[in-house]
Amino acid sequence: MAANIQAKEKIPVWRDERYLSAATQIISSIVVLGLLYWMAENFTEITQQRGISLSYKFLSEPAGFPISESTIPYDPTMSFGRAFLVGLVNTLNVSVIGIIFATVLGFIIGLARLSSNWLFNRLAVAYIEFHRNIPLLVLLFLWYFAVFNRLPSVKDSIVLPGPIYLNLRGLYLTWPRLTETGNIFLGLLIGGLVLAILAWNILIRIRERTGRETYYVPIAFGLLIIFPLIGWFAAGGNPIWLDVPVLEGFNYKNGMRLTPEFGAILVGLTTYTAAFIAEVIRGGIQAVQLGQTEAARAVGLRKTHVLRLIVIPQAMRIIIPPLISQYLNLTKNSSLALAIGYQDLFAIGKVTINQAGRAVPVFIMVMVTYLMLSLITSFILNIYNRRIQFVER
Amino acid sequence: MIVKPNTQSPPDPPGPVAWLIKNLFSNWFNSLLTLISLSIIYFAAASVLSWVFTTADWRPVVGAPLLYLIGQYPRDQMWRPGLSLWLIMFLIGMSWGVWEKYVKAFAIFLAILLGIFAIVPLETATITLGVRAAFLINPVLIYLGYLIGKNKIVNGQHVITLWIFVSSLIVLVLLPGFEGIPFLPKVETTVWGGLLVTLLLAVGGIVLSFPIGVLLALGRRSSLPVVKIFSILFIEVIRGVPLITILFMFSIILALFLPAESRIDRVLRALIGMTVFSAAYMAENVRGGLQSIPPGQIEAARAIGLNNFQTMVLIVLPQALRAVIPSIVGQFISLFKDTTLVVIVGINDLLGIGKSILGSDPEFVRLQAEMYIFIALIFWVFSYFMSQASLKLEKTLGVGVR
Amino acid sequence: MSQDNESIIVARDVHKWYGKFHALKGINMDVKKREVVVIFGPSGSGKSTFIRTINRLEVHQRGQIVVDGIELSHDVRNIEQVRMETGMVFQQFNLFPHLTVMQNIVLAPVWVRKWPQEKAEEIANELLERVGIPEQAEKFPGQLSGGQQQRVAIARALAMQPKIMLFDEPTSALDPEMIKEVLDVMVDLAKSGMTMLVVTHEMGFARAVADRMFFFDQGQIVESGAPEEIFQDPKEERTKLFLSQILSQ
Repeated sequence: MAANIQAKEKIPVWRDERYLSAATQIISSIVVLGLLYWMAENFTEITQQRGISLSYKFLSEPAGFPISESTIPYDPTMSFGRAFLVGLVNTLNVSVIGIIFATVLGFIIGLARLSSNWLFNRLAVAYIEFHRNIPLLVLLFLWYFAVFNRLPSVKDSIVLPGPIYLNLRGLYLTWPRLTETGNIFLGLLIGGLVLAILAWNILIRIRERTGRETYYVPIAFGLLIIFPLIGWFAAGGNPIWLDVPVLEGFNYKNGMRLTPEFGAILVGLTTYTAAFIAEVIRGGIQAVQLGQTEAARAVGLRKTHVLRLIVIPQAMRIIIPPLISQYLNLTKNSSLALAIGYQDLFAIGKVTINQAGRAVPVFIMVMVTYLMLSLITSFILNIYNRRIQFVER
Repeated sequence: MIVKPNTQSPPDPPGPVAWLIKNLFSNWFNSLLTLISLSIIYFAAASVLSWVFTTADWRPVVGAPLLYLIGQYPRDQMWRPGLSLWLIMFLIGMSWGVWEKYVKAFAIFLAILLGIFAIVPLETATITLGVRAAFLINPVLIYLGYLIGKNKIVNGQHVITLWIFVSSLIVLVLLPGFEGIPFLPKVETTVWGGLLVTLLLAVGGIVLSFPIGVLLALGRRSSLPVVKIFSILFIEVIRGVPLITILFMFSIILALFLPAESRIDRVLRALIGMTVFSAAYMAENVRGGLQSIPPGQIEAARAIGLNNFQTMVLIVLPQALRAVIPSIVGQFISLFKDTTLVVIVGINDLLGIGKSILGSDPEFVRLQAEMYIFIALIFWVFSYFMSQASLKLEKTLGVGVR
Repeated sequence: MSQDNESIIVARDVHKWYGKFHALKGINMDVKKREVVVIFGPSGSGKSTFIRTINRLEVHQRGQIVVDGIELSHDVRNIEQVRMETGMVFQQFNLFPHLTVMQNIVLAPVWVRKWPQEKAEEIANELLERVGIPEQAEKFPGQLSGGQQQRVAIARALAMQPKIMLFDEPTSALDPEMIKEVLDVMVDLAKSGMTMLVVTHEMGFARAVADRMFFFDQGQIVESGAPEEIFQDPKEERTKLFLSQILSQ
């Protein structure tokens, strides 16, 4: 019976799938590595030829150029490294504040987009369609050149309640600053906030588990009020003072100044990204089907509870990943600051290239920094996705 | 009382008053929203309209219409972009005939716009009667193309082939020209500009990034470790950094990685930058399409004897790409808007032309609002038509899978 | 098994592991030309895995499989030849949704057998006639019912003019009223003398046309024999139990 199975014949190498796949592995590796090697070869040749330095030693040399705005102390005698740091902080500043504002604005417009009020709904559509179909750079130019650069001169400043002064040189805000004893107040304020959040979460969970009323609302709000109040009196009744901008000569002194560049990039990024966030929000909420809400109502949950317990958690699951990618887009888009003169990471990088003549190392630094921001974001996103998947099982 | 069920016909559509109450004034909150919206609309419309027709100074916008279209392209060689425009309009007309649903609105809009452009009373020396006549031919060509495209013999494949052939002809032969040919002298890309460059970068970027993106997507799913790692690194690095850094890299740093003697044209460098950027996103889109192919399809292809390559080309890719057409259109819209970034590396695209017109005359310095609103409008119109077409496409693809 | 030269499929001690899971534990089977073999057994018994090793959709790790004198090994040419000589029909039809019925059928003859388009289409039309849906040639699979799709899948497999047809639960994904139309086609095919290996629970089909039946459980052949033997006098307790379960449905 086994007669028709001959001894295994030897397979020629060129027909053996194992050798074939090994060969493709090797050939493809050679092609890819060869390309990289060729580029590296050209690179070393050209850098040697032109005497381009690849070292990072220049980072400790004095930068020698001024930076118009900086949250951390900086002057031109400080190093290139410090200047780079200033740029990074400026990027983070505009990104973080932009993300907060864009989220708030995006939520409002997204909800307006879902509103049953026809007119309100159309307004949201107009806003979204306007912003989604024009280039961000053009929007930034409009905000910067057509709005912030057209503000009245210092003499004729627009005065808003606060007082806030708005003029060609920027936005001057009345800003609360801590007095010498202010740290006590600040500490207790933060402590109260943390405790309130903790109490809220723990008590809500206890309530969900035991079904007993735990008075989480009054307790959390009580903590939120009592702690800062103690701090206020411990600080002697005056923990903060208001730094009011005053007109001195041709300019405002004191207060908190935001430059027109910062204002334009912040407003531009916020309004642009808000349109995309609004679409994300709308998509997320619409995806939570009507049936879900009806089922929850049928179980007897109140309307506010339906929203809090059923719709929002499920919508969040859909909303969060694209929302985070919008955050990442905003951060990357902040590099357009260069075009209107706000000195972010990329703009400082470019000045450094001109000043120090070190194109390659600076470029690597700038790109690696942006990459790190992206990686951190996708890392957070992955953790979130994993948690969501865990919940689903 | 017995309520008689109305089984004969659906309830009558609500009258205008009922509609108003239901949609605008159903309760006090709704009414408040309506009032807020009305006041926003009133103030916005009033201030915009009064600005547009009284305060605004449109001289920089209307002063040099040809600059927006072709930049500094030599005026004695105008027939070349002009002929290109004719060819493209004819093809748009044919596309309208073949894909009526998606292209119709855009084609009609273009025809009207070009017609208006031909007769509008602009007082400039560049717009001669000849130029006007040439423009007036465009709507005619669109309609002619439509009539031909509507014919049963012409199908989508023909039109796509024509598009590829004609656009390569325009970009590689007609516009750049050659050294030493008298009737087609070389025109350096440094003088190209305006919408010509914007469209070249956007269309060129998406078309060139398509094969690279498909290869990267396949590479990312490949079982070959080196290919896989390279693809992942490429995709993630490009997607992790802003486009502007990539454009800078290709305009400054790329030269360091190529043989010392090679010199690449500035517009071409920007195009390479756009292509590389777009390829990474294309790869992720295509990968999504590949993931949507059930493994049974590949098994069936193997079982009937197709080899790996045939399986990929005949079975997997056609289905995967069909599934990602809407997202590719979306990507094209973003890329089209992103072309404005080349201004930062000193290329005169549409936005760059706008900037240079503002800088050309001291009187124009304060007229940025007019200029940028005009440019925003151009981008808006293009993007809006494309996204509407894409929405329709998504719906038709969503209905019967075929 | 009298004449060895008639055996068209020979499996000897075939083993297959998925990681640690031992899916096939030494399968031996001889199928003769023009024979119709039905394989049945509980899910997870390895019957589908086994039928898929015969055209190497699954790779066996030990033992030998010889199809029409060609051994399935790492030899790429042998794999190609075996796939040309075997047609396969899947549970989920696996028609190509972007191609018409006609294009589905002529794809392999044109690209693999390198036949001219006209000849392939001629054969395709004959096959569509044979499976009873000659009028559907220009439709897309999505426009057909499940039963029609499965009949197209059979026509597609037959278009390569295979010597062997493999059926992997061809009626399991069908609504009851469509099972018969597919089984009718399969019965006709069996009567025409095609060598068939069928994984199915359709015992009526087995009784009507099967020459032999194999009962798989836990990666092994528990029992085999002619349908009469299996139905009337199963030797193994497991076979009895399983048969009583599916026949009582």
